[in-house]
Parts: sequence; C-alpha cells; structure tokens
Amino acid sequence: MHAAQILVNAVVLGCLYACIAIGFSLVWGVLNVINLIHGSFIVLGAYLAFGLYNALHISPWYSIAVAAPLFFVLGYLLQRLLLNRVITAPVLVTLTMTFGLDLILNNAMIYFFKADYRKLTLTPSLGSVSIFDVVVPVDRLIATVSALALTGLLYLLLRRSRVGRAIVAVRLDRDAAVLMGVDVKSIYAIAFGLGAALAGCAGVLMALIFPISPLTSSGYLGKAFVVCVLGGLGSVSGALAGGLLLALVEGIGSTFFGPAHATTLSFILLIVFLILRPQGLLGRKGFE
Amino acid sequence: MTKSNIALLVLLAVVASLPLFGGAYALRLGTIACMYAIMALSWNVVGGFAGYPSFATAAFFGFGAYTAGVLLNKGLPLWLCVVIAAVTALLIAAVLGAALLRLRGHYFAIASLSLVEVLRELVNNATDLTGGGMGLNIPLGSGSGVLAEAMFFFYAMWILLLLTVLMVMAVAGSKLGFGLACIRQNETASSMVGLNTTLYKSIAFGLSACFVSAAGGVYAAWVHYIDPSDVFDILYSVKPIVMALMGGLGSPLGVACGAFLYLGLEEVVWRNYIQIHTGVLGLIIVLLLLFLPHGLISLRPANLWRRVKHV
Repeated sequence: MHAAQILVNAVVLGCLYACIAIGFSLVWGVLNVINLIHGSFIVLGAYLAFGLYNALHISPWYSIAVAAPLFFVLGYLLQRLLLNRVITAPVLVTLTMTFGLDLILNNAMIYFFKADYRKLTLTPSLGSVSIFDVVVPVDRLIATVSALALTGLLYLLLRRSRVGRAIVAVRLDRDAAVLMGVDVKSIYAIAFGLGAALAGCAGVLMALIFPISPLTSSGYLGKAFVVCVLGGLGSVSGALAGGLLLALVEGIGSTFFGPAHATTLSFILLIVFLILRPQGLLGRKGFE
Repeated sequence: MTKSNIALLVLLAVVASLPLFGGAYALRLGTIACMYAIMALSWNVVGGFAGYPSFATAAFFGFGAYTAGVLLNKGLPLWLCVVIAAVTALLIAAVLGAALLRLRGHYFAIASLSLVEVLRELVNNATDLTGGGMGLNIPLGSGSGVLAEAMFFFYAMWILLLLTVLMVMAVAGSKLGFGLACIRQNETASSMVGLNTTLYKSIAFGLSACFVSAAGGVYAAWVHYIDPSDVFDILYSVKPIVMALMGGLGSPLGVACGAFLYLGLEEVVWRNYIQIHTGVLGLIIVLLLLFLPHGLISLRPANLWRRVKHV
C-alpha cells in the first residue's frame, strides 16, 4: 500500500504543479518571455485568499472568482504598459526586466505583509478521506480538482474561443498572424493577463495547502521551470505530463534519498532533459 | 593597446591608491567594488563577447567560496586554496559548458539558473563537509589587526581584479575573442566556416567561471562565515548583468565602470532605504532597460538624439 500512497500523493501534487506551471508555459510559449514574476504572482494570490478568508470569511473557492479578474487586469496592464516596450529585445533584456519587476513586487510584499510564514486554516477542518490505506486530506483533494478544472478551462478557452485561437495563431507564427489581422500587441497583453490570472488562482489553491510567505515565490518559480521543461513547452497536456512526472520523481526521490534531496533531484532532471530532450515529453510547436 | 584598455588600467591604478585616502569603511567598499568588477568582467566574457545569457555566476561564486572555505578549515594556506578554487572551477565550467552551451536563448538561461539551485541544494545537504544550512565558519587569519587585515583582503581582491582585466584584454584581442564575436553574431555560420564553436564556448565559460570562483574564495576568507543562501544567492548572478547593462554590454571599460557605479548606487540605497532596497534595485533595473538599454557608454553627445534601439 506504500506504493499506492506515493502514487496518489504524486497525482495530487502533480495536478497542482501543472496548475502552477501552466500560466508560465503560456507566457513563455506565446510571448517568448521567461516570466520571473510568476512566482510572486502566485504568492500574491495566496495572500489574497488568506486576507479574504480571515477578514471577510470568504472561503477560498469563491476567492478564485475574485483573483482571476483582478490578476488578469494586473497582468494585462503590466504587459501593455511595460513589457511591450522591450518585447522584441533579446532574452537577456526581457529576462532581466521581469527579474526587476519581481524584485519590486516581492519587496513590496515583504514590506507590507512581513516575511513571516502564515497558514490559511479552515475552520472547521475538512478532515481527510481514506480508501484502504491510502489517505488524502480533503482540502488537498479539492485543490487538486480545482487545479484540474482551471487547466481544463484554459484548454477549452484556447481551443474554442476566438481569442484563444488568436493566441494559438500568434504562438505558431507571429508574422502570419499579423497578416491575418490579429492585433499582436493586444494578444500579447491578453496572454500575459491570462498567465497572471492562472498564477493568482494557483496561489489561492496553494494557500489551502502550503504556508504563505513572500520567500516561497522562488520555490514556485523553480517548479514552473522544471514542469515546463519536462513536459514540453507550449501545450496544456505537456504541463500536466510535466507536473505529474515531477511530482512522481520527487515522491520516489524523497522516499529513497530523503526529502532533502528532492529539489536537487528535480533540478538535475531538468538539466538532463534540457540537454537530451529540450522539446520535453510531449513537446510540439503549437499551443493546442 | 587601445585607448579604452589604457583607460581601464588607469582606472585600476586609481582604485589601488584607495587606502591612501580612506579608512576601514573605504577599504571594505573598495574590496566589494573589486569583487563586483571581477564578476561583471567575467560574466562579460560569456554574456557580452559570446552573447550567451548566463545566470551561472552565483554558482561559481558559491563554489569558490565553499571550496576555499573547506580547504582553509583543513589548514591549507589562503593562496593555495584560492588557486585550487580557480583551477577546479575552470575545469568544471569548461566540461559543463560543453554540455550546457549547446542550448540557446531561454533554455540556456534556465539551465544556468538551475546550476545555481543544484549546487546550493548539494551544499545544503552535504552537512558533513560544508555544515549544510548552518553555514561554515572559516578560521580567522593571523590576527594582525583589523585595518591590516582589511588592507590585505583589499589588495588580494585587487590583484584578482587585475588578473581578470588582463585576461579579458587578452581574450578581446585574441583569436578567441574574434571567434566569440562570430558566435554572437551568427553561430551557425561561424561553425560552417570551420570555427570549433563548442571549444570556444567552453573556454569562454571556463574563463568566466575561474576568476569568479577565486573571488568567492577570497570573499569566504574575508567574511569568515558563509552559508548556502548567502553565497549561492541568485542576485550574484543578476547583479553582474545589471552592471554590464549599466556600463555597456561587451566593452570591458564600460562594464568595469558599470560595476563601480552600481556599487555606489547600491550603497546609497542600502544606507537610506534598507527596508525596500531590493525593490529600489528592481526599479533601477526596469528604468535602465527601458531608457538606457545600451548603457552609459552610449551616452555620448552624438548618440543622444539617436533613437533607442535594442541590439
């Protein structure tokens, strides 16, 4: 049953990892920008859930509905006003730019929320379910299902809606999209806004499970890196596959080598994948 | 010898005369200034000359600090520790470079970033050797007095900076530098005309690691205590890039000036706004990239009314 527990844990964690990474992957794929603010957006989302629950007793499920539009607007404006100015510059410039923005946001969070670790504790607690010997806490289960739902929503959006098709078109061939009458600047901003909204929602879900502190943002960002590279950039299914693989490797790794080595293992895996299979497990060019 | 190289050497000589004018505080600033300049100039070899966005500086800095720290605890003399740190970093970076530098653009950036994470976690977990998260204490020197010791480490760092500058000048003026410039402009084309790009990139990566690692070693001996989150701080990877962007990518004189200017800014911000100093640093980065993407070196009167354009 030990093996079954590891597997279930991996699936639960893997869906959350996918949710962390999917906005990052969207921005990287469409805008060709490595968005280093992603981790801080997630933490900001977690603080939003924490604040809404503690001040107004709004449960985190509803906080998602607040976080999504709020973060979309934030991301949209950030892209429109700042990042669009350097979007055609080389990697170094865009990467350093998002790093600078991340420093500002992270410092602001430390300044206003302090660096203490906090925890959103639901009262009454939701308990846990157990089937045979496999135990899963209910809040984790709900977070996993919500993460899957968000992922599915993005998939549908990209697949079915007009804006979604335009985003995919820009991702596939920017110049051809311009010729077809797509307003690339606005699509960039929408894609970045979507990425930010997903990060905010992911943050709300993370608040249910993990401690909240501005210091955790780099950890989330690292996970997003690894998941994107493992799964392959540019597809929703890739992010899911990458998330599951990462969670599985971490689970098995920490069982055999101890939890201290899980991060090392995941980053070594990242480097190996980058060298041997940079397109990832399910890599292909289009974003769905 | 070009005009800008001479200017760079003159600048170095000016820095060396610092102890004549200032006390312990000036010496501390001078030591950090030399350290930053070493990092920025080293990064410039791979980031400026070859055009690869490396974020691995912190990895080699921490590697050097820990190599020297562990060896100093074993009782080896400082100069030997620093030499060992430099040589091992050179070899490791050259071997790693052969694998990592096949990646381009974002993928290389992420791989070099993860190098920092991997090394930090390894050091964090090798508690027996490195003390893990508790950090590593490094024995004090001979006890020759505070000012004498500050003077010693200032000149140690300054000599490393001098060596770095000489290395950068040698690279810039050699076939290697020319090859790296070709790689920056068009890697596929340069390998088509017979340039061994893998070899060139590996050498560049090794050279960019070696002096950073040595500086890490001197830093460890200087501060007497290191811990993983301090020396493997990702900011050590980003600061050299900001300095290089500030001064002007690719030009050694510009990069060195950028490093000194950056330190000045950092010190002012740190002293006045300690609570928000990283935020202010972020703001400086953003403003710099938006309004001065070619660095201070582009601030010549003739360039002022030219439209800002990214390379």
